[in-house]
This record gives sequence, structure tokens and C-alpha cells, in this order.
Amino acid sequence: MTQAPTATGNAGAVYLDIDRITKVYSTPTGTVRALDDVTIRQRPGEFLSIVGPSGCGKSTLLMIAAGLSSPSSGSVTAAGKAITAPRTDIGIVFQSHVLLEWRTALGNVLLQAEAHRIEKGEADRRARALLKSVGLEGFEDKYPHELSGGMRQRVSICRALVHEPKHLLMDEPFGALDALTRDQMILDMQKICREREISVLLITHSVAEAVFLSDRVIVMTPRPGKIDRAIEIDLPRPRRLIDRDSPNFTRYTREILEMFLARGVLRESP
Amino acid sequence: MSEDVEAAVERARRSFERREKFSVVFYPLLAILILLVIWELFTLAFDIPEFLLPKPTVVLQSVQQNAGLILQESWVTAVEIILGYLLSIAVGIPLALAIFMWPFFSRSIYPILVASQAMPKVAVAPLLIVWFGFGILPKVLIAFLIAFFPIVINTVMGLTQIEKEKIYLARSMGLSAVDTFFKVRLPNAMPSIFGGLKISITLAVVGAVVGEFVGGNAGLGYQLIVANGAMDTPMLFALLFGLTFLGIGMFLLVELAERLIVPRHMIGAGGGKEMI
Ligand SMILES: Nc1ncnc2c1ncn2[C@@H]1O[C@H](COP(=O)(O)OP(=O)(O)O)[C@@H](O)[C@H]1O
Ligand SMILES: [Mg+2]
Repeated sequence: MTQAPTATGNAGAVYLDIDRITKVYSTPTGTVRALDDVTIRQRPGEFLSIVGPSGCGKSTLLMIAAGLSSPSSGSVTAAGKAITAPRTDIGIVFQSHVLLEWRTALGNVLLQAEAHRIEKGEADRRARALLKSVGLEGFEDKYPHELSGGMRQRVSICRALVHEPKHLLMDEPFGALDALTRDQMILDMQKICREREISVLLITHSVAEAVFLSDRVIVMTPRPGKIDRAIEIDLPRPRRLIDRDSPNFTRYTREILEMFLARGVLRESP
Repeated sequence: MSEDVEAAVERARRSFERREKFSVVFYPLLAILILLVIWELFTLAFDIPEFLLPKPTVVLQSVQQNAGLILQESWVTAVEIILGYLLSIAVGIPLALAIFMWPFFSRSIYPILVASQAMPKVAVAPLLIVWFGFGILPKVLIAFLIAFFPIVINTVMGLTQIEKEKIYLARSMGLSAVDTFFKVRLPNAMPSIFGGLKISITLAVVGAVVGEFVGGNAGLGYQLIVANGAMDTPMLFALLFGLTFLGIGMFLLVELAERLIVPRHMIGAGGGKEMI
């Protein structure tokens, strides 16, 4: 349940099925092709990361997966159902915390519970337990402006989980945090995913973060975004921060790095 | 241990706030006092005639002598201001909601409204007197006309200027349109709406006084005209002070309402952004 389903054991099982989607934006200065023939199949319970240079359509992809935007062509289904409207059975975390300034940490988490009409006592219990699990016990009644950047993002993660969604979508959730806070968040994320049955789609531009957390990493090409390669991360769990320096780990990060160099996403002067 | 520290921090914050509050009142008062002294000495030193610039002490005497009249006339003007202001809220907020909700309004009414601001509304005062006579109604209407525009603009701004992620989030939570409005959009707009309400209350004061100038038989504005005709400059100043206090009082009332409704850390921020 907490382990990645093995490829053979779950060969046919697909949770999120993004099938040959293309997204074209029309702007006053012409059209922008953000996604080009992208196909992604996420297995149930899989932690899937997408890395790629900025502007390659990662956020667009996430918005489409959330049903907040629709593809220009192609189809998206989740658990067998075609997505035609915003999905309300998911949790979303954006790069900015998007907390409501007039609600406390607890109040922000409870907004999700209110939207899902979860009974008050139960909602309160769940929200407090979640906040506690990410180290925010004692901060329930603080307003966002009284919290640090990392704390705010933790609150928004709790908000994305309080209704116990089957799917968590995150768009560069740790991008605005300092390195140390980031590491802690990554550990927290790993713990959260081990404790529940949840599929995660993580957009990030940190290769190390993607490899550390994921069962599979999808690398995208520069715009128009296409899938370059999908890499299965075959590392035992739980993973520890020091593992990042182990040869097994760096084998993956190097592979991705070399792809970026080959595509000109990164350039080294001779 | 950590509770001790927290308590100490809390104490420090309280005492800091007390000192802040004290200096907010103290320094401006001191400055005013110094200015009054300079004014008094200046008029004494250059022997300035009273009808040009009366000494503060003479103005004070005039205030004392006419206290009853000033209070009574203040009341008249205050009623005009409050009625005009309430009318501008009653019309401005629903109009802003309509502009926000129905594209038809934002395409038709809104541009007209913005363009109409080029016309100085004070200039409409004589026309209103012709239409509505010399009673309280034209004053209320002028106060309303001047005051309602910032309310409309700021309310529309507040409702439309919101992080798009907040709206995405509301949608992905499955919040209903009504809940999205009342739980997300409206609270997000509150600081901006109160920004408009505070501008408007000062404009409503101007509106009422202009109304009294043009066609009044009571109120501080009317008394200003009377004192002017009588060349009673000390009285002019006395009335001016009365008007100033009235304006400040009105503003403070709106600010009080803001404090009760908007969380303190959001006051003054366009959408709850942090201020340095
Ligand atoms: N609403 C939009 N209208 C027009 N162009 C857009 C819009 N959203 C994104 N784009 C363009 O699509 C491309 C991909 O954007 P995005 O999905 O945000 O990329 P990423 O998240 O990988 O940085 C970019 O070139 C961006 O300018
Ligand atoms: Mg992005």
C-alpha cells in the first residue's frame, strides 16, 4: 500500500490517464503551443514527478489534470471517469501558499472541510491531527502573516489533505522555500504519503527532490512540452536525506542532468 | 520556560503598542501647539488686523461665544453628511456588485461612470437646488454624488483583484458560487472596500458644505457664508475648526467600523499583502 506498486503487479492499473493531450493558448501576439502530444499514465498510489525547464507546460499539465483547464485535444480520465469539470476529489498545492489572510491556520484547513461538508467535530479533529503531524501544534490559531514561509506551505498541504483525497497535485510546492526548510518538507511529504493511500503528481524543477520522493520521474522537453523520458526510481523506502549522496541515487540525478545538458536546457561552457 | 518567554514577548509587544499609540497622539498635538504659538506671536509682532488673520486666542473666544450655534449647526451638517454617505453606500455597493457580476453592467455602466468623473460634481449643485429647493434633500444628494464613486470603484477593484490561485482553489474544493463569494471574494475585498469608504466620508463632508454654500439656510457651510458677509473672520475660523472636528469625527467612525470588521493585519492592504 505504501510501497510503489511494481510494474508487473499493477501492469494494467491506471489511475490518471492523460492521453495524447495538446494545449494551445491563443494570445494577442499569436498562439503558444504549451503541450504537444503528451501521454502520461499514473498508477494508483504512485508518486509521480514531472521535471522540466520553466515554460515547458508543467503548470498547464497540472491544471488540466485538476480539471481546472481543458486540453485543446486529447482526453483525460481519472479513475475511469472523463474529466470535464474541476475535480473536487483532489488536493492541490500551489507554489504560493494561497492561504486566506483572514483565517487562522486551523481555519484555512477547515475551509476545505466546510466545502466538503465534513461534520464539524470530525473536521476539527482531522485538521488538528494533520497540523500536528507536520509540526504545527500550537500554531493552529496563528494567522498566515504570523507564520514562516515553510509553515504556511505546511498549512496549505494540510488543507489539501483534510478531506482525504485520493489524488494530490502539487505545483512546485517547495520552490519558494530555503534549502533547509525544503529538506524538511521533503521528509514530511514522504511521511505523509507513507501514512495514506494517495497518488501524488508533483511538479518540480528540482531533480534531487523528484528522485528522492518519486516512484517515477517524467522529464519534459523545452517548449512545446513533450515527454522526453520516464525514469523508474528503484530505491528502497523510506529514503533518507544522506541517501542523496549514494551512488544509486546519483545515478538517477546524473541521468536526468545529462538529458538536460543534451537538450540544451543546461549549458556548460567548455 | 517557553511560556515565560512568550509572556515576556507579549508584554514587550503591549508596551511597544502603548508607546506607539501615545506618540501617535502626542507628537501631532505638540506640533499643533507650536504652530498656534507661532501664529499668535506672528499676528502680535506684525500687528495684523483681525479681519485678515485673528489671533488664536481671539478665535478661541469666538468659539466660546458661539459654542451653542456651532454645535447646533454642526448637527444640521452632520445629518446631511450621514444621510448622503449612507445613500452612497446603499447605491454604491449594489452597483459595484452588479458591475462585478454582470458583464453587461461592466461594459455599459462602468465606462459611463468613469467618464462622468471628468465632470466636477460640485458644479451640479445649483441645478439640484433648482430641482429640489432649499431643504436638506439637495445637500444630501450632492454629498451622495461626490461620495459614491470611490465606493463603487474600490468595491469593484477589491472584488476583481484576487490571486487567481485562490479562485482555482475554491473551484477545486467544490465551493458553491455563493460560498466562494462570501468566504473568499468578499473578505478578500474588505480592505479595498474600506479604503473607498474612508475616502468617501471625507468627500461627503465636502458635498454637504458645498450644498449649504449654494442654497442653504442652516448648517456650518451656511454659517460660513453668513460670517463671510459680516466680515467676522474670527467666526470664520471658529466655524472652520468646527467643520474640521466634524470631518475628523466622521472619519474616525468609519475607521472604528473598519477595525471591527477587518482583521487588523489586513487593514490598509489592498488584498492582505504585508506592509513594511
Ligand atoms: N493562460 C495562458 N495564456 C497564454 N499563454 C500561457 C498561459 N498559461 C501558460 N502560457 C504559456 O504556456 C507555456 C507553458 O506555461 P506553464 O504551463 O506555466 O509552464 P511551466 O509551469 O512549465 O513553467 C509558457 O510559454 C506560458 O507562457
Ligand atoms: Mg509553472
